[in-house]
Amino acid sequence: MELTGADIFVHALQDEGVEHLFGYPGGAVLHIYDALYAQDKVQHILVRHEQAATHAADGYARSTGKPGVVIVTSGPGATNAVTGIATAFMDSIPMVVFTGQVPTHLIGNDAFQEADNIGITRPCVKHNFLVKDVRDLAETIKKAFYVATTGRPGPVVVDIPKDITAQKTEYRYPRKVTMRSYNPVHVGHTGQIKRAVRMMQQAQRPILYTGGGAIIDNAAGSLTELARLLNFPVTNTLMGLGAYPATDPQFVGMLGMHGTYEANMAMHHCDVLIAVGARFDDRVTGNIEKFCPHAKIIHIDIDPASISKNVKVDIPIVGGVDNVLKAMLNVLRSSKAETDAGALQAWWQQIGEWRAKDCLNYDHDSDTIKPQAVVEALYRVTKGDAFVTSDVGQHQMWAAQFYKFDKPRRWINSGGLGTMGFGLPAAMGVQFAHPDATVACITGEGSIQMCIQELSTCLQYHLPIKVVNLNNGVLGMVRQWQEFFYQKRYAMSYMESLPDFVKLAESYGHVGMQITRPADVEGALVEAMQLKDRLVFMDFLTDRDENVYPMIPAGGGQNEMILI
Amino acid sequence: MENEAGALSRVAGLFSARGYNIESLTVAPTEDPSLSRMTLVTRGTDEIIEQITKQLHKLIDVVKLMDMTEGPHIEREMMLVKVRAEGDDRHELKRISDIFRGRIIDVTEETYTVEMTGASDKLDAFLQVIDQGLIVEVVRSGVSGIGRGDRSLKL
Repeated sequence: MELTGADIFVHALQDEGVEHLFGYPGGAVLHIYDALYAQDKVQHILVRHEQAATHAADGYARSTGKPGVVIVTSGPGATNAVTGIATAFMDSIPMVVFTGQVPTHLIGNDAFQEADNIGITRPCVKHNFLVKDVRDLAETIKKAFYVATTGRPGPVVVDIPKDITAQKTEYRYPRKVTMRSYNPVHVGHTGQIKRAVRMMQQAQRPILYTGGGAIIDNAAGSLTELARLLNFPVTNTLMGLGAYPATDPQFVGMLGMHGTYEANMAMHHCDVLIAVGARFDDRVTGNIEKFCPHAKIIHIDIDPASISKNVKVDIPIVGGVDNVLKAMLNVLRSSKAETDAGALQAWWQQIGEWRAKDCLNYDHDSDTIKPQAVVEALYRVTKGDAFVTSDVGQHQMWAAQFYKFDKPRRWINSGGLGTMGFGLPAAMGVQFAHPDATVACITGEGSIQMCIQELSTCLQYHLPIKVVNLNNGVLGMVRQWQEFFYQKRYAMSYMESLPDFVKLAESYGHVGMQITRPADVEGALVEAMQLKDRLVFMDFLTDRDENVYPMIPAGGGQNEMILI
Repeated sequence: MENEAGALSRVAGLFSARGYNIESLTVAPTEDPSLSRMTLVTRGTDEIIEQITKQLHKLIDVVKLMDMTEGPHIEREMMLVKVRAEGDDRHELKRISDIFRGRIIDVTEETYTVEMTGASDKLDAFLQVIDQGLIVEVVRSGVSGIGRGDRSLKL
């Protein structure tokens, strides 16, 4: 039987196992919306802005490992989605975004709501497709999911002109696709793995530096096993938090610009660095000239282009992180050689001295609410078991420093692109994927206003997200840099005329709370968590002058941290 | 690479987005109509060339990639030069273009158009040797390359 392109689209999503489709209708996708209306296998979630559709799909993907799926209309629908696509691209998140396009014969004609979606998204997608023939539609959709979810994952855009969705052809969804130019490598080179293991066994001052790749490849189990077997310290990047249990004594905290003193000092002094699914981002390395001056470097990554991009490595291993770590475990277990227990003991002693600096300490007796205290209270009240999304800025760093993630896929934040406005819509995606879980969005009064309209979506779908607004009345991270590096010239880093967030939440049909005293923090969180089926917006008025410490200033080495 | 609309712009976009320099770029369909062949000339340290190679590999439209300079290879470029050719200059230009194994492919009372193929530096040399004031127009194709002997870039 022949189906229209719109019906093929819906059937293909069903056959792909897609349950949630985040989107917003418009002229170019009306045939598709009509086809969606006639079925109930794929649930369409109506957001309030296309950026939120992409962030919600992104949060869904990060918390499940399954691809997030988005549909938007042509022109502004697609351009609004670009920020979310770029966010997913920078953090290697599997996502398939369908964009409507004007009818084929109008392409290039400056037609109403026309934009060059392929051209606009090209630099921020793993790949994109323009469907020019309805007979290619089903296979293109299959390819899009295949490319998005394999190798180093990433967003894929499929641009569908309106006339294609009206034309008819036979529907057949391919079970498998192969692409001659796309063959990601999953299994690491055996010789390289053996060399790496030998280097690890001989290490005197080793450290495992693990990033988002360990989470994406579901390697938390093998990473934990390897680290414990070797008794090596582990540090996670911002993207890697949860890949190794944060409450484990071998965990030395996050590294990088706002990482712990012990993690950064251990990096600086290590003799063998094992980078696992991490990409030596500038926020991690600090000044590249001063990075890990004594270290031999082993780098495991599925993307060959990430290896020796910023830092030259000694033993590159291209492959899936989990595969490679498991292969390393096998080699280690059958090896007669042992690690140097004496050297490791001395190394742990040194790390213990760095740890004793207690670099994350803050004023616990303050009269004003300290943002760190709110995150710590959230951790206690949720027993460390919540999904936590964040926006971008100081609150993001405090969340990363003070919420101890023991499990992967619990910490959902925009690391690479640093997208303000990410937190609330991402939390929606997480809540759709995990309807019974506690989902908290740690945000600030700046970031939350970038996608505040999604409070309306939350009401429509009864999403009981707990919004933790660390409201200090200023764009905190900008202000921190202005204080440190611009002689306190606070250009445009304040917010005047903030809304009354309590009333705002209430007007959207949610529960609003304002918390002004340190003594009320924990109680408010407990009360909010008890409102299990309500979205609660907690507006914590926090200390305006609090800064994120420790900090590696721009151009500094990892051993040049500013402590409190 | 795949002979698809947009494949060229993915390559060009990669170079501009990552700040790499394209010295020349030629592309045309091959005997297999689903494939195009591109020869791209760029410059950089070994580290930069390694990154460029890896990033190009990552593009899904790039099917196979070969760094010609890693082995023996031939580079050729085609050039068309229109020169003002009047009076004594006509003989002199014919003579020089013969020396460079160029061919005059269009003649008017005032002009010659010379076709010349060779390594880029040979074409440069020709342009330096003739009177600069006589050059009306120069069209260069950019470099095409092929491996020597058995070395070949084929699927």
